[in-house]
Formats: sequence, structure tokens, C-alpha cells
Amino acid sequence: MGFLDVKGVYKNFGNTEVLRGVDFTLDKGEVLSIIGSSGSGKTTLLRCLNLLEKADDGTVSINGEVVIDARTEDKYTDKEVREKRLRMGLVFQQFNLFPQYNVIDNLTLAPKLRVKERKDLTKQEKLDEFEKINVRALELLETVGLTEKASSYPCEISGGQQQRVAIARALMLNPDILCFDEPTSALDPELTGEVLKVIKSLKSGDRTMVIVTHEMEFAKNVSDKVIFMADGVIEEMGTPEEVFDNPKSPKLIAFLNKANEII
Amino acid sequence: MIFWQVTLQFLKGFGTTCSIFALTLLFALPLGLIISFGTMSKFKPLKAVMKTIVWVVRGVPLMLQLFIVYYGPSLLFHVPIGDKFVSTIIAFSINYACYFSEIYRAGIEAIPRGQIEAGQVLGMTRFQIFTRITLMQVVKRIVPPMGNEIITLVKDTALARTIVVVEIIHLAHKISNTLAEIWPLFYTAIFYLAFVGILTLLFGWFEKKLSYYKV
Repeated sequence: MGFLDVKGVYKNFGNTEVLRGVDFTLDKGEVLSIIGSSGSGKTTLLRCLNLLEKADDGTVSINGEVVIDARTEDKYTDKEVREKRLRMGLVFQQFNLFPQYNVIDNLTLAPKLRVKERKDLTKQEKLDEFEKINVRALELLETVGLTEKASSYPCEISGGQQQRVAIARALMLNPDILCFDEPTSALDPELTGEVLKVIKSLKSGDRTMVIVTHEMEFAKNVSDKVIFMADGVIEEMGTPEEVFDNPKSPKLIAFLNKANEII
Repeated sequence: MIFWQVTLQFLKGFGTTCSIFALTLLFALPLGLIISFGTMSKFKPLKAVMKTIVWVVRGVPLMLQLFIVYYGPSLLFHVPIGDKFVSTIIAFSINYACYFSEIYRAGIEAIPRGQIEAGQVLGMTRFQIFTRITLMQVVKRIVPPMGNEIITLVKDTALARTIVVVEIIHLAHKISNTLAEIWPLFYTAIFYLAFVGILTLLFGWFEKKLSYYKV
């Protein structure tokens, strides 16, 4: 049993079966890349993990504790859903920064709201917590190399910088697992490098990450494990060497050939 | 001499115009938001009811609605006839709230899904997402159409004279009759123009103030 256990996840949209039984495990600190062609269910899988979609069947456990059980998912209260979502972080393809807030406020908004809600803290304790949040936000901005952009607004910085801010924002709440949904697909080619570099730099120690990506070279370099998805199932799974250098399934071979063709 | 007397009278009358305008905004702006929630509700019966209300209110002349609010209760229930000014505010608020609700709806539905999802994955509540993320972006998007509607309201206040609320046009009519001259009626335009001019500057300033971010 791993740190993240995904078992038998199914998801239909109307008559379309998008996920048809997805199982995998991931150890703490491991990086998993999910590759596959459009429509293979990669993004839907991430969205199910983050409770943005309700799975039709299956379970997701973190550290042995069942976080999502599709059979009872309808009964989760709003509060439970929020708590569960915080176990996961998600970086979107379109960054989705809040345009009306500057960079630092984008990072601190949600954590500060959480502190505000707490009834066990006095006013002074809350202010102390706010201060800690500010400090942490600045630390994370440094991690993604954007300290000098702290007071810029999203419309004033490049796409690559926006995505780096989005990564820092996702890290603010210290998720158990950080997910990336095609983090560089909306970026100009010359901007993908800086984002991939940041993601790579996060791979240290105990940070567990799941990355849906079309960047094959990156997936090969950064991952401990690679999943190739096709038609809603895991077609092939293994180490980067196994998947990229010794592909077995005909679908994966075809997919990799096509990916190489483009390059 | 007469000109200044008329001006003084008009200022008083325009005070009533401004009160109708301000009170209508005060009630219609929040009411419109509530109605827009109704028309966007996932609960089908509520949605149907709200959509019907918006249809009726937007489909019937405001002047008739004024009559209905003012005379309706006494005709139907034989209660004493209500206050003219209060009736005006009620009719105007309901009417404008329905127009506003559609502007709100357009603004809210234009917010990208990703904005809301970003709030969700950060563990924010629905209320927090609405107040902290969506609403501010909605406000920015709806300033121009709202400005339009609000400027229309300035001039629609003149309809109140049909139930004998003494606003500026009503006054001008009376003065014109007394003096047997038409100019006081046209003179009122200056007051409207000045007020709309101020509002236009105000909206421009507000738009500029919100231009520090793009949605």
C-alpha cells in the first residue's frame, strides 16, 4: 500500500465512459507523470482526485485513510468536501489566478480566509497567523523566483510567471499531493522551460506530485513513475525507462512515435 | 426675475427626481442580484417563477406598473389609497431590479469556470468564492451596461408625474400652464443633462479605477 492509493475509479459523462477503472499507487515523495492523447481521461482523473468531478465508482486513499469513496461522495457535506480538497493541490492549465488581486494576495487569500473562520483563535492570534502566512507566501515566491513580482497584478506578468505564481499558490496550503493539469500547455514554447524548471525544483524529499503533461522529455526526466492512459484505462505503467524506452503496448508505441514525429 | 423663480422651483422639483432616483437604486441594486440568483437557480420551479416575473415586469410599461402599485391595492382590497411617493419607489425598484438582474446574470455567467474551481481547490466556501472572487469581477464587467440602465432611470423618473408626484416635469408643466409659455418645460432638460453628465463622469472614473486588472 502506497501513500496515494487510487482504486477502481470510474467516471461517465452521460453515455461516454471517460474513466473505466483506474488503479494505481504512489509512494510519498514520488513524482507520477500521466501521459496519453487528448480524451484519454487524464484530466478527468485529476479532477476526480480534486473532487471537481464526482467519480461514479472507486476510492482514493491518502496515507491509508480513505479520502474519497465514490459510493458515499454524494453525502459529503460542503465542509467535508473542502477539507478533502485541501489534501490535494491543483495547478490548472489556464493558471486561473484571481485577476483582481496582486501576486501576494493571490497566495494569501485562501489561507487567510481559513484563519478568519477559526473560532478558537483570539484577534491577536489571528493577526499572528496572518503574519506567518505572509512570511510563507514570500518564501514560496522566492522558491518560484518571483519575489520582485509580489505586488504585480496577474495581467502585468507573463504566462510563465503567472503559472509559477499559481504553483506557489497551490503550495500555500501544504497539500499532501500536488497535481498539475497540463501546466505548460497554455504557454508559448519559450515560457515552458521556466515552469518545468520550477516543478522539477519542487521534487525534493517528501513532496508527492501527479503531473498530467504532454512534455515527454520532461516526464522522462522528472518522474519516478509514468502512466500511459488510453480510452479511460491505464494502458501501461512503469518507470520512465520502461515506459519511454521499452514500451510494450501497441497503443503506447504508436503514441510515442507520434509524439516524436511532431518534434 | 421669473427665470430665477422658476429655477428655484425646479431645484426643489429636481430634488424629488433625485430622491426617486437614489431610492430606486438603493433598493433595485440588491434586489436585482437576488432576482438574478433566482433566474439562475438549479431548482427548476423557482427558476420558472423568477423568469416569469422578469418577463412580466419587463413586458409591461412602467407607467402601467405605477398605476397597478398605486391604485391596485385600493381597487382590489378596498384599502385606502397609498402614498404616491412610496408607490413610485416600489414600482420603480421592482421594475429596475428586473432589468438589473439580467445584467447581473450576464456578468456572473461570463466568469470563467476556472476562477470558481481555483477557489474550490483552495478550500474556499461558496460564499467566499462569490464575495471574494466572482463579485469583484462581475462588477468590473457590468459597469458599462449598468451605467446605461442607470442613466435611463434618471429620465424614467418623469413617469412619476402620471400619479401626480411633484417632480421636475410635473412642476414645469404647471408653470408652463400658468405662464402660458413653453420654455420652462424645455428648461428642465438642462437639469437632466447636468445630472447625467455628472453620472457619466462618475462611471468613467469608476471604470478607470477598476482598470488595474483585466478580466
